[in-house]
Amino acid sequence: MKLHHSVDPKLWNFHSELRLLGLRDTPMTRREAIRLGLLGSAGVVLGNAFAAPASASPPAAPAPKAKSVIQIWLWGGPCHIDTFDPKPDAGYDYYGALKTAIPTNVAGIQLGELLPLLAQQADKYSLIRSMSHGVNAHETAAYTVQTGRASGGRDVFPGLGAIVSLFKGYDAGYRGLLPPYIVLTELQGRFSESGFLGARYKPFATGGDPGANRFMVEGVVAPGVSDERQRVRREFLHRLNTFERAQRSGDPRLAALAQCESDAYEMILGDAGKVFDLAQEKDAVRERYGRNTFGQSCLMARRLVERGVPYITINYKGWDTHKQHFPIMRRKLPELDRGLAALLAELAERGLLESTIVWSCGEFGRTPKVQWEAPWNGGRGHWGKAFSALVAGGGFRGGHVLGKTDAKGEEVVEQPVHPSELIGKIYRQLGIDAGAKLPHPEGRDVRVMPGASEAPVKAGDVLAAIA
Amino acid sequence: MNIVVCLAASWLALVAVSRGAAAPEPRIAYELATAPAPLGRIDELVFARLAALGLAPAPRCSDAVFARRAFIDVIGTLPTPGETRDFLQDTNPAKRAALIDRLLARDEFADLWANKWSDLLRVKAEFPVNLWPNAAQAYHRWIHTAVRDNLPYDQFARTLLTANGSNFRVGPVNFYRAVPSHEPAALARAVALTFMGVRVEHWPEGRLAGFATFFGPLSYKTTGEWKEEIVFFDPTKFPAEGKMTGALPDGTSITLMSARDPREVFADWLIDPKNPWFTRAIANRVWSWLLGRGIIHEPDDLRPDNPPSNPELLAHLERELVAARYDVKQLMRLILNSHTYQASSLARTDRPEAETNFAHYGLRRLDAEVLIDALNQITGTSEKYSSAIPEPFTFIPDEERAIALPDGSITSAFLEMFGRPGRDTGMETERNNRITATQRLHLLNSSQVQRKLEQGPKLQALLRSRNPREVVDGLYLAILSRPPTEDERATVRDHAVQVRDGRVAAVNLAWALINSAEFLHRH
Repeated sequence: MKLHHSVDPKLWNFHSELRLLGLRDTPMTRREAIRLGLLGSAGVVLGNAFAAPASASPPAAPAPKAKSVIQIWLWGGPCHIDTFDPKPDAGYDYYGALKTAIPTNVAGIQLGELLPLLAQQADKYSLIRSMSHGVNAHETAAYTVQTGRASGGRDVFPGLGAIVSLFKGYDAGYRGLLPPYIVLTELQGRFSESGFLGARYKPFATGGDPGANRFMVEGVVAPGVSDERQRVRREFLHRLNTFERAQRSGDPRLAALAQCESDAYEMILGDAGKVFDLAQEKDAVRERYGRNTFGQSCLMARRLVERGVPYITINYKGWDTHKQHFPIMRRKLPELDRGLAALLAELAERGLLESTIVWSCGEFGRTPKVQWEAPWNGGRGHWGKAFSALVAGGGFRGGHVLGKTDAKGEEVVEQPVHPSELIGKIYRQLGIDAGAKLPHPEGRDVRVMPGASEAPVKAGDVLAAIA
Repeated sequence: MNIVVCLAASWLALVAVSRGAAAPEPRIAYELATAPAPLGRIDELVFARLAALGLAPAPRCSDAVFARRAFIDVIGTLPTPGETRDFLQDTNPAKRAALIDRLLARDEFADLWANKWSDLLRVKAEFPVNLWPNAAQAYHRWIHTAVRDNLPYDQFARTLLTANGSNFRVGPVNFYRAVPSHEPAALARAVALTFMGVRVEHWPEGRLAGFATFFGPLSYKTTGEWKEEIVFFDPTKFPAEGKMTGALPDGTSITLMSARDPREVFADWLIDPKNPWFTRAIANRVWSWLLGRGIIHEPDDLRPDNPPSNPELLAHLERELVAARYDVKQLMRLILNSHTYQASSLARTDRPEAETNFAHYGLRRLDAEVLIDALNQITGTSEKYSSAIPEPFTFIPDEERAIALPDGSITSAFLEMFGRPGRDTGMETERNNRITATQRLHLLNSSQVQRKLEQGPKLQALLRSRNPREVVDGLYLAILSRPPTEDERATVRDHAVQVRDGRVAAVNLAWALINSAEFLHRH
């Protein structure tokens, strides 16, 4: 199933162009176009600038260690000192209601007290406690963390997921029945996942709730419509074809519509859609992840990785805790703890962790000093100067802490890591060449990773210790 | 069981006469049998070009197709069944021209075209530029008013280029604020793209730097009001001697004095009818908006090595626009009344030049906003739009239509999925009307669409009729804006018999029609 496999509106145009060049004397059918590898190749969609991304850049892409990525996106910005960078000695005004740091299964690494299950998996992941970009607005920080670029330039760059979808999706020969880039369950909204790459590289948003009795994936599962009725009405749709009969056969726009329809029905009636049926998992497994939206999203992500989906985002919202910070942490952190710990453990048990990167962070951290005053009454604000990221699998080492913040968690004091450095490392593990060209709508020369002048990337490999 | 049998029996009577041996030619639903004949100068020029290529124009589309096409193209709105019926029954031979005039005067005209301009002028509260909600609203309000009042296009452009004042109070100052960078070269690039249809990448080296000089003396300052910003001409940015040298886009060198805002100097050069880009760019854009393709393609890529497919036609449109003193509505009226605009969408040939030379009307998938509005209109439902930006919260009424949304940051999963532009670049290609399997999946089987079909009050009212013919004809009129053919009625009857339930058959019919190629395209 090629959910994002769409057909260029200029198809008619481009076979006209081929004809003008004397290459064709009859219009090309979609089937021919596919056979010739024209359709659905970004080179056609976006112009000649992208004819051959891999060969365009002499340094060959590094050999991939990872095949899939699970991004656990903590939208809103979780507090670093309540989670991965505890500061039990910073005083009440900093740790607030969450004073205790707990040991993990790796000597010397401690976590916040509400993450006991993750503490038992510390050998599987590394923590970067020195993430920093200095941006304190949601939309610009989210952009920087997921694109590695500063906001405000001339272009809106695509995020990591869209770039993986470009280099590991249909354009790169991905043959999976599921879309190559899936978000559970909603788009991020204030962040355009695909930037200038456009709608084709946007994630497929499942909608629905994996934590519900039945995960109603939007478009795939229709409540109250039996498979039989699906078949009957599809047949009916095909018989009401006055318009198609009137049009000349072979109109590429109508051919594209028909192709998209048959792709869609593979999800509705074929086997592809069955992956979303969480009832196929044993109850004990479902319990292990936690019977809530986040926990079951983690389980869903594992099932998608098993089917070879290259990039999955769990868009886990609700971390923007200006008010009610500590009560919200007491509710959410146990969910995060259970779901993420189960995911890491299961990926390892099934031998998938080696080839699957799991990374988790938000767009920034939160004010280490608790805002006790009104109107916050014990809240935390935005903190782009210092935050933490968890990263595991796919070539990343486990059981390691990189970087350090000061005693109060306010400033990075050792090994600052800019998001572009983490992203660059993830590309490396996936075998995506940082110097490969991106298809730009105006045909300009832009690369996967910003050049040295465009991002504060330090010389040398700051992440060498963990990957 | 009795009820089922009873329903099925009345559905059996759906077809008046029994079906003949051969299905009728399907073309008759879509086009007139009369031979093409030019209705004016536009058609003469188009037909001449086609003849030179050995191509024939398609006949005019049928009245039903025309009504639907004109409604969608001019006001982004489907005709209601009543509007379609009235038009089809109207015996006035000039009824197409009359409908065009009525549509050009409708309120939705301003909504649709303000939306179009808001794409090109990047009206968006947040990211990549922080215009902010209040400013985006002010900007959109100004554009909407200008479109509604049919402000002559030269004045529209001049005002956007030369405005000074507060982002919250003087809408057009946001033109410059909406450019991702305030560097003079970035502003110059946006100005060239927007008003000249030119991508400066194709300019000779140095040309941009000279042009950027015009936008150097522009300053921005904050005020006591949260996120207010004043954009103003700042003569102190001139060199000490109070003059500097700039270069117009045609390369002419010009001395700029600090006594006069250089943006005004440029604007006056730009909107001169003799300017080689200004009139051409907008005439070509308007044509492309109505016909789906520019005479120069893409419409924002004017350059010597991208010539018009029909130079005489473009020159004619330019002359007409100048003669009409940049009344864009008048230019639209002229185009809409041509045979060329009213041509059938049924191609006569596979030769691609037919479409690029306007032998027939090219199919286009409905724009995202138009599609969701149409689904809501058919079913009697609405969407809930909200702004994610709490600075301040923007109130959007429940009944708000997508074409009327003021701010690109106010969006929905549906609009994103169907290719609404991000308003990041001001380029026409940012809107993506390519069909994808995800879109197909959503229309065929999503709970959003299913809910509208099963619960939409307007559709439900129609389905309550006991007369299957009323139901079927009503659905065709509401969704495809035409009555069904006898052949189609027979197909529906067969389906009702098969599923043995009139209501299920009717809902399935509504579902099938909104999933048809005929509904999903402008045709």
